Amino acid sequence: MDKIGVYLVPCIIALILLFGFFRKVPLFDTFLDGAKEGLRSTVSIAPALVGLITAVTMLKASGALDLFTAAVRPLAQALGLPPEVVPLTLLRPVSGSGSMALLNGIFADCGPDSFAGRVAAVMMGSTETTFYAIAVYFGAVGIKKTRHTIPAALSADLVSFLTSALAVRLFFRM
Amino acid sequence: MITSVLCAFATGRMQELSDAVLSGAADAIQLVISMAGMMCLWTGLMKIADSGGITAMLARVFSPVLKHLFPAYAPESPAMKAVCMNITANLLGLGNAATPMGIAAMKEMAKKTPTPGVADNSMVMFVVINTASIQLLPTMTGILRARYGSPSPFDVVPAVWVTSLVALLFGVTMAKLLQRRGGSRYG
Repeated sequence: MDKIGVYLVPCIIALILLFGFFRKVPLFDTFLDGAKEGLRSTVSIAPALVGLITAVTMLKASGALDLFTAAVRPLAQALGLPPEVVPLTLLRPVSGSGSMALLNGIFADCGPDSFAGRVAAVMMGSTETTFYAIAVYFGAVGIKKTRHTIPAALSADLVSFLTSALAVRLFFRM
Repeated sequence: MITSVLCAFATGRMQELSDAVLSGAADAIQLVISMAGMMCLWTGLMKIADSGGITAMLARVFSPVLKHLFPAYAPESPAMKAVCMNITANLLGLGNAATPMGIAAMKEMAKKTPTPGVADNSMVMFVVINTASIQLLPTMTGILRARYGSPSPFDVVPAVWVTSLVALLFGVTMAKLLQRRGGSRYG
């Protein structure tokens, strides 16, 4: 299973370049255009990350995050989740850069290849900033009554969190 | 932040807290710098794929599935085309392209909706799909794992696919089940 991850990135890069070549895309110029966009969007999240990572580091240093993690430990264990990822499940649907900051903290504390690190990575990769998407799309066309959108979207997030831990156990035998 | 200050006061960890303020702010900028290279590489490559017409090609592949999720629209209608493009852009992780296409899709749906101001069934389905992550390669997460020394940062990808798929199917099923409560007036 590990092999897939190792081959994935180089193969995807080669495939994209070949595809672009056969489709007669001006490879380097197009690449530069895209890379500029990437740089712009990375820089644009910097101010938010400064605020949020500082806040998360402070929460960790003050012991507040430990207290919270200890408080939810029984619940997390009942659900099969590592307790360290519980704050991430709460913040994930609300704030994209906030959850990035938490993910950064989990990797720093537990390591990216620990059980908690892997579960957090799967959670992050398999969910979106639910409330942001709802606000952007319904806001764009002036919809006020969203009916069953929020229950359906949030229950899917919950399923995704619970499945993350199961999937990590299954794929990595942890 | 205020919680942290109060908590540090109670636990006597003021020294650690004030160190954290300094290291936290510096860490954020280091994180942005270490991510920037991979992000540029990735968005550059995706731009090549996009210019080669991969989005339109994939959109054609998905239209049979989408027909069942959005029964209110004909396959060739502008709303359906915008939905297809948005979903493909999401799969490829083209966030900057997916949002404008999604808004275009919502505007097309709003033109046809039987219930102005209230989300109809297609709109709910569309937004629920957008709140589930269907990105094939979670780049940000991979970059962040690499930064902390993971030997193969993308080894979680198969687990991410399984989890995303389970959650997406669940969300779509929930949307289908819950839409019955409104009767047929929501399209």
